[in-house]
Amino acid sequence: MAKQPAKKSATAADDADFMLHSLQAAFEAKKRYDASPEEMLEFYRQMLLIRRFEEKAGQLYGLGLIGGFCHLYIGQEAVAIGLQSALDNERDSVITGYRDHGHMLAYGIDPKVIMAELTGREAGISKGKGGSMHMFSTEHKFYGGHGIVGAQVALGGGLALAHQYNNDGGLCLAYFGDGAANQGQVYETFNMAALWNLPIVFVVEDNQYAMGTASSRSSAETRFHRRGTAFRIPGMEVNGMDVLEVRAAAEVAFAHVRAGKGPVLMECNTYRYRGHSMSDPAKYRTREEVQEQRDHHDPIEGLKKTLIEAGKTEDDLKAIDKAIRAEVASAADFAETSPEPGAAELYTDVLVEAY
Amino acid sequence: MAIELKMPALSPTMEQGTLAKWLKQEGDRIEPGDILAEIETDKATMEFEAIDEGVLEKILVAAGTEDVAVGAVIALIAGEGDEPSAAPAPTPAEAETPAAAPASVPEQAPAPKAAAPARAPAAADPAIPAGTTLTSTTVREALRDAMAEEMRRDPRVFVMGEEVAQYQGAYKVTQGLLAEFGPKRVIDTPITEYGFAGIGTGAAMGGLRPIVEFMTFNFAMQAIDHIINSAAKTNYMSGGQMRCPIVFRGPNGAASRVGAQHSQNYGPWYASVPGLIVIAPFDAADAKGLMKAAIRCEDPVVFLENELVYGRSFDVPDMDDYVLPIGKARIMREGSDVTIVTYSIGVGMALEAAATLADEGIDAEVIDLRTLRPLDKQTMLDSLAKTNRLIVAEEGWPTCSIASEIISICMEEGFDHLDAPVLRVCNEDVPLPYAANLEKLALIDPARIAAAARKVCYK
Repeated sequence: MAKQPAKKSATAADDADFMLHSLQAAFEAKKRYDASPEEMLEFYRQMLLIRRFEEKAGQLYGLGLIGGFCHLYIGQEAVAIGLQSALDNERDSVITGYRDHGHMLAYGIDPKVIMAELTGREAGISKGKGGSMHMFSTEHKFYGGHGIVGAQVALGGGLALAHQYNNDGGLCLAYFGDGAANQGQVYETFNMAALWNLPIVFVVEDNQYAMGTASSRSSAETRFHRRGTAFRIPGMEVNGMDVLEVRAAAEVAFAHVRAGKGPVLMECNTYRYRGHSMSDPAKYRTREEVQEQRDHHDPIEGLKKTLIEAGKTEDDLKAIDKAIRAEVASAADFAETSPEPGAAELYTDVLVEAY
Repeated sequence: MAIELKMPALSPTMEQGTLAKWLKQEGDRIEPGDILAEIETDKATMEFEAIDEGVLEKILVAAGTEDVAVGAVIALIAGEGDEPSAAPAPTPAEAETPAAAPASVPEQAPAPKAAAPARAPAAADPAIPAGTTLTSTTVREALRDAMAEEMRRDPRVFVMGEEVAQYQGAYKVTQGLLAEFGPKRVIDTPITEYGFAGIGTGAAMGGLRPIVEFMTFNFAMQAIDHIINSAAKTNYMSGGQMRCPIVFRGPNGAASRVGAQHSQNYGPWYASVPGLIVIAPFDAADAKGLMKAAIRCEDPVVFLENELVYGRSFDVPDMDDYVLPIGKARIMREGSDVTIVTYSIGVGMALEAAATLADEGIDAEVIDLRTLRPLDKQTMLDSLAKTNRLIVAEEGWPTCSIASEIISICMEEGFDHLDAPVLRVCNEDVPLPYAANLEKLALIDPARIAAAARKVCYK
């Protein structure tokens, strides 16, 4: 009999079904990834890049250089880095919702073309025609960047179907939030993914709020990893504020999917420090709540502590921060000064062919 | 150098606000993430966070100041290693307009007609060599043959939908495909339109060529988000990176006695969306040739069939690869007195009406649009220039219809050729009733088309 998840007691109905807990048990057995010093430093650098990039994006928004909706990833960095560092980028695909800057940066995509998309410039990764919520890099097998809450889950099911159809050994990593987790099409996709044994890892980034509604006010079951049970999809519950824990969970989930055992549902518990979007005053939570997360659960500070215990100095880490600040400042410069798309771009890319 | 803190915008439309309160004072040490101040607008109060670290050197706009312009410098932070600055502070009242900020309104709105790329001249139907045999084929078989031929030709093509495999299709359009291509390429889905439309669309983004069958397009309303928001718009939003070569197909329009929820023509809905191709053929040859074109097309296609036409037989040329051009109307009957523009099941009715009119000495030209988006304007306008009279016959509601679109085109681009107002013959503007007599009253028929033709001919 495998060990049950340590934290919460399972009901009798759950106990009868070992399969749904097997991944959690494997994960509990070894909860933190043994990163090499180089890997650990790289995780730190990547998370910090997302943090600094997003802070700068917030600043540019404040100056009116970025328009429309702009959803920042600050606080959630460990999720994208922990998961995407475990991907096989030759084969695997990723899809997410509108809070997508971090997932792109995790690929090492040039911050310049991302920031230039945010400012709506021709050099942007979508030629300035997509904006914050609609960015893609087919070169990296990153399929967006989707603005309709939950749509990316069904689309991710399709990417997984393509992996299976082509027998290319790849898997799809499909992110969605605790808000999207209440959309019907998510469960339609769970059903087909399980029915067809699709190679897909569903990741709920539970940042505790669906826009301004706390998950306890919108979700009858807030332990989202259990929501696959009705479809026989095994669940995993992960501390999304710890990059090494996320990475360890990714190893377990990806191995399961690559072995042809079908989909996995992973819940990463995380927290966004900023409002839902830039125009959200975030009055639905207290300042103390946010501060508590920043002070005690920050993914970057957490890894910093581990790095220092492993022998890095404050100065080493400060030098990394300095280099990242310079990189982000130059991306912002580029995004401010590069030209807007030409008027002729209005008509391009509507259709691929001429009729 | 000191870092200038500027008045932030809380929303894209905010131009000024009140600096309600400073939470840090001059001389305070600042860490990134610290709340510096509270900013108020008429809509909300927001906290202003520090991005940089350093020391709050100088507050330039006092707490309580109203109407502070976005972009105005409100404070200075001395960065690490900075000497407290002795340089004169910038005047706070002068808002610094970001020089490179994009103007919200283009200085000069591009004139769509001038700037839009010229359309390639529409291709003609392939010539059918003399001596080609014609085989009488039902529309149902023609559609199946087209899918089967394309599946043989391209291993990326597959079919998915409710009852498409083992059941052989709810309307038997996919009959025999499972036996030839197997369950990997002919996939039965659960009844879950939104979900499988999304999975099909995602598979197309991932490089496959899905044909998604909706048992009827009425059920595709559950899935319309993926057809429009995911399939139609993504190529544009990605600056041309994301292809979505998918065909959404199934019966559309009124069937027979199935009531309002199962009887609707979605042609005008989809035809209004940039990024989609919308095809609605009538006869078997067009169904085959256009289905093959749709499957090969790099753009997302909505392919609207008609249940009442599935069983009708038409001649189909026995050719190896009969592919028709998308976006090209077909003149079904030449005539000189009046033009009847129509599509799908309306074509058969218009041809019947034309036969009646011929007996009365009115020579009607019948145009089958075949493709609803992009519309073949030229064929219509050329015909109008010849007949000077035009009516539209459409099995669908009149309001915001393909018919209303064609009337606009005639007004805008064919006005000088019009000898009479353009009339539309559409279904009655009511949900389709069940009772046989009421259903008949609600739908178009050849008699109504003929009556409208007489009217514009003043006969």
